[in-house]
Amino acid sequence: MYRYDEYDQAIVDARVDEFRDQVARRLSGQLTEDQFKPLRLMNGLYLQLHAYMLRVAVPYGTLDSRQMRMLGHIARTYDRGYGHFTTRQNIQFNWIKLDDTPDILAELATTQMHAIQTSGNCIRNISSDQYAGAAADEVADPRPWAELIRQWSTFHPEFSYLPRKFKIAVIAADEDRAAMRLHDIGIQLVRQDGVLGARIFVGGGMGRTPMIASLIRDFVTADDLMSYLEAALRVYNRYGRRDNIYKARIKILLHEIGADEYRRQVEEEFSLVKQLGIDPPAAELARITAFFAPPAFDADAPDTVDRSDPDFAVWLDQNVAAHKQPGYAIVNISLKPIGGIPGDASADQIDLMADLAERYGFDELRVTHAQNIVLPHVRKADLHAIWQALSGAGLAEANLDLISDIIACPGLDYCALANARSIPVAQKIQARFADRGRQRELGELKLKISGCINACGHHHAGHIGILGVDRKGTENYQLLLGGSGAEDVSLGKITGPGFDEDGVVDAIERVTDRYLAERVEGERFLDTYRRVGFAPFKEAIYG
Amino acid sequence: MKILTGNDLGSGDVIWWTGSTWSRHVEDAADVATDGEAIARAEEGVRRVVGAYVIDAAPTAEGPRPAHIKDRIRALGPTVRPDLTLKPADPNAGSWVI
Repeated sequence: MYRYDEYDQAIVDARVDEFRDQVARRLSGQLTEDQFKPLRLMNGLYLQLHAYMLRVAVPYGTLDSRQMRMLGHIARTYDRGYGHFTTRQNIQFNWIKLDDTPDILAELATTQMHAIQTSGNCIRNISSDQYAGAAADEVADPRPWAELIRQWSTFHPEFSYLPRKFKIAVIAADEDRAAMRLHDIGIQLVRQDGVLGARIFVGGGMGRTPMIASLIRDFVTADDLMSYLEAALRVYNRYGRRDNIYKARIKILLHEIGADEYRRQVEEEFSLVKQLGIDPPAAELARITAFFAPPAFDADAPDTVDRSDPDFAVWLDQNVAAHKQPGYAIVNISLKPIGGIPGDASADQIDLMADLAERYGFDELRVTHAQNIVLPHVRKADLHAIWQALSGAGLAEANLDLISDIIACPGLDYCALANARSIPVAQKIQARFADRGRQRELGELKLKISGCINACGHHHAGHIGILGVDRKGTENYQLLLGGSGAEDVSLGKITGPGFDEDGVVDAIERVTDRYLAERVEGERFLDTYRRVGFAPFKEAIYG
Repeated sequence: MKILTGNDLGSGDVIWWTGSTWSRHVEDAADVATDGEAIARAEEGVRRVVGAYVIDAAPTAEGPRPAHIKDRIRALGPTVRPDLTLKPADPNAGSWVI
């Protein structure tokens, strides 16, 4: 994992001191709320439905045990004993006091954490593949590049006041586990003739105007990547619509001027930027990369697992992924227990996951955009002990990528922007499909719920998506089918009139029943939907 | 009736204007008629509240009930964590929200 150097630490410490002063001036009346609001947002502090909410950055979703324990400590000491892992691979605390926030940020800084780039019209926390460094299919580890982009983007003087927020994802495999093409810029590291470089996708996003990012550059060498990003941001910064918040994202710029014209302008800018020498010297890149060297794997680690416990075997099949290193595996810890709150973890659960990472997993954890936690490097021989420990803490739900592994935003239960509650709908769907055999019979089925059009719950990218709306003061839920955030990216299609909370659960069951009736062997829900089309499902839903 | 709500500047707690001060309990909220915005400006000026706004509510025997579900959730707490609401021991509290 990356470790701060003296500059990183000084930046974060100075930011804490600055915010402590700003909070004191707000509380004493030297700053009005209009003056203070943009300052607190630059430090991840929102005013939500019930209280202040602090969003803490987890760069590219990577944590060590000490950082994870710090999150548990914050939850226990300053919040109400839990935190909420988000679809941006961050964590949010829902019950924060303004008076406490400088102390919280100071405590976070002792473990090289902060809340910078979690709000505002800047380049937000960089997201990445939760299997980075562990997956066999990656061409390189994306984390050094994500870290380099983090350093480049933090307090970048040109890009601190962009037309709108800006999200970047970096992956390095053909399998997209980070919804890369639904980001403002998606970077896929690739090799051409042995040379490392990147495919650059621009203009993706969800929200009220969902779009899939366009391929803007098929290959930019790694040596030129930062210059190319600088150019891509400059063109957006210059021409992005600052006059209309709903048209200010880069996806709208691309839509308005066209991908070809945007590409032409970026190339022109790139030819100028490249002369500025902002790409890192090889020594600096090597310094960063060294932090992400593979852990000291045991070459003799046994590659077999005793599957005699049937519950353990189900969890193995569902939640454990193949690792590039023989004898090792990737563990997905589901934060989606049946009837729970998607993405929530108690302070005790957070501590336990930290303990397991420290004891069994080379001290590493990852937060996924699907609101789960990953232990990326564990010995297969330790899987049973890990499963037992997780089982005792309500963390062993064997449902990864099944219908109950629901992405859900906080919705109207917590969020000031929401129009409808998301979590109760998720819980009712989980209850309806609680039977493990039924879930596994349905197979991979990614269900995603947003409580408003801002789409924090990624409903556009759900195989089945749900969008909560306010219909004359009553919660109403629109159903979408056919979305995907993976390498087979697509946007879901609204089925028709919406439903109440129970009605949308019934409608989903009609959809899954039709799927089971229509599918041929080997198909996932999404495959069947794409093969037979929208009509049979619409007919099943509405008759 | 019109009632005035906002958040306590320091704690962030949801608070309701009682006619003379702020309360965490919506039952204590007073009808502000057409004075809400003026009260909000004055109270924000002395830093007793942040983000104050006026909402519609229905008078009931138990006190004002906000017209919109969002404000009823604000008044009680998250529907999915009854243990964290203002009335964790009241099994009927949730039905007041919905």
